[in-house]
Amino acid sequence: MSVGAWSAFVLVLRRELCLSFRRPDQLIQPLMFFLIVTTLFPLGLSVQLSLLREMAPGVLWVAALLASLLSLDALFKSDAEDGTLEQLVLSGQGLYVIVLAKTLAHWLVSGAALVLVSPVVGTALAVPLSAFPTMMSSLGLGTLALSWLGAIGAGLTVGLKRGNVLISLIVLPLAMPLLIFGAGATDRAISGTSPVGALYLLAALCVLTCTLAPFAAAAALRITLE
Amino acid sequence: MHVSGPNGTGKTTLLRVVTGLLRPEQGVVTWRGKSIASTPTDYQNDLAYASHEPALKGDLTALENLRFMVGLRRRATSQELRAALDRTGAAGCADLPARVLSAGQRRRVAMARVLAVGAALWLLDEPYTNLDTVGCAMLSALLVEHAQKGGLALVVAHHELSVGAKMRHLAMQG
Repeated sequence: MSVGAWSAFVLVLRRELCLSFRRPDQLIQPLMFFLIVTTLFPLGLSVQLSLLREMAPGVLWVAALLASLLSLDALFKSDAEDGTLEQLVLSGQGLYVIVLAKTLAHWLVSGAALVLVSPVVGTALAVPLSAFPTMMSSLGLGTLALSWLGAIGAGLTVGLKRGNVLISLIVLPLAMPLLIFGAGATDRAISGTSPVGALYLLAALCVLTCTLAPFAAAAALRITLE
Repeated sequence: MHVSGPNGTGKTTLLRVVTGLLRPEQGVVTWRGKSIASTPTDYQNDLAYASHEPALKGDLTALENLRFMVGLRRRATSQELRAALDRTGAAGCADLPARVLSAGQRRRVAMARVLAVGAALWLLDEPYTNLDTVGCAMLSALLVEHAQKGGLALVVAHHELSVGAKMRHLAMQG
């Protein structure tokens, strides 16, 4: 009996999560990076709550983008090195489905984890409690969209020994709209105005990248394998 | 079919072209009368490929690796997977993390995957590498059995194959 696309998606997702939890260092490193970088700002700047609050959206978002990028290099690399990628391509399942599952798993262990610890960072940066929902939802949408964009970069650089820097150069310019709308939404929530417009745009970018990026990443992987 | 030839003559490249991973510069690869480029999914469902790399995740056990790789192709029970590992002499490795397995054991687990997938066409790149004498005999027996069931195998190997009269030989020249 052949296996449907949904079963294949669930199988890949489960395997990726299982591998991540058996290697907790990959899970913890981006989180620690995020926590440490954002903690440096209150330590390095003057202890004026108003100043910290003003800088909080930018600091949060830049740190979240960089932390998410840290683990992107490994998205397809280990599969390419141990021959798994060839087997996945020849599995009879659409590479789109496999990329979708792998990228979602990457977001769950990196982006979603950042969202969960963001209230701690928000408190350190004097973000008011009322802005937490917006901060967390914007970070969730933004890091998810970044994972889809990152999958393209990871697919293009999978054959390179040190592709991490190149991924950053490919992905960060594409991630600028995410930074603008994400930090903008958090900023509006902090200042007490409605962040809905920026959140909608962020959600639209998330849907756009989720729909198109797996196709682009799958094509990049096929080219790299040739 | 046994493909042999000196290093660098393109044996692995030929195999990758046949898998569809590489596009041929000239000509068309066909399977059951159709170009593999036009019906890749049908072709891939009939195909089991074992490359140089055993495609195992070190943090997963041999059985978990098999369950994932075979699970993408067909629904297989744990008993079936254990039976495939047993057939290739890797039953003792089933519950060990792949990172602790020797190169020969990894090769046996990779062959168990090929066996468990149940494909008609086997494409094997140097499958005898790292196998001991017993392992080589086991692999030859598997090839004979596969051919007797009507299956096809394209084997790139320096090792002399003795798998019966049905075997054809392709010697590639530099």
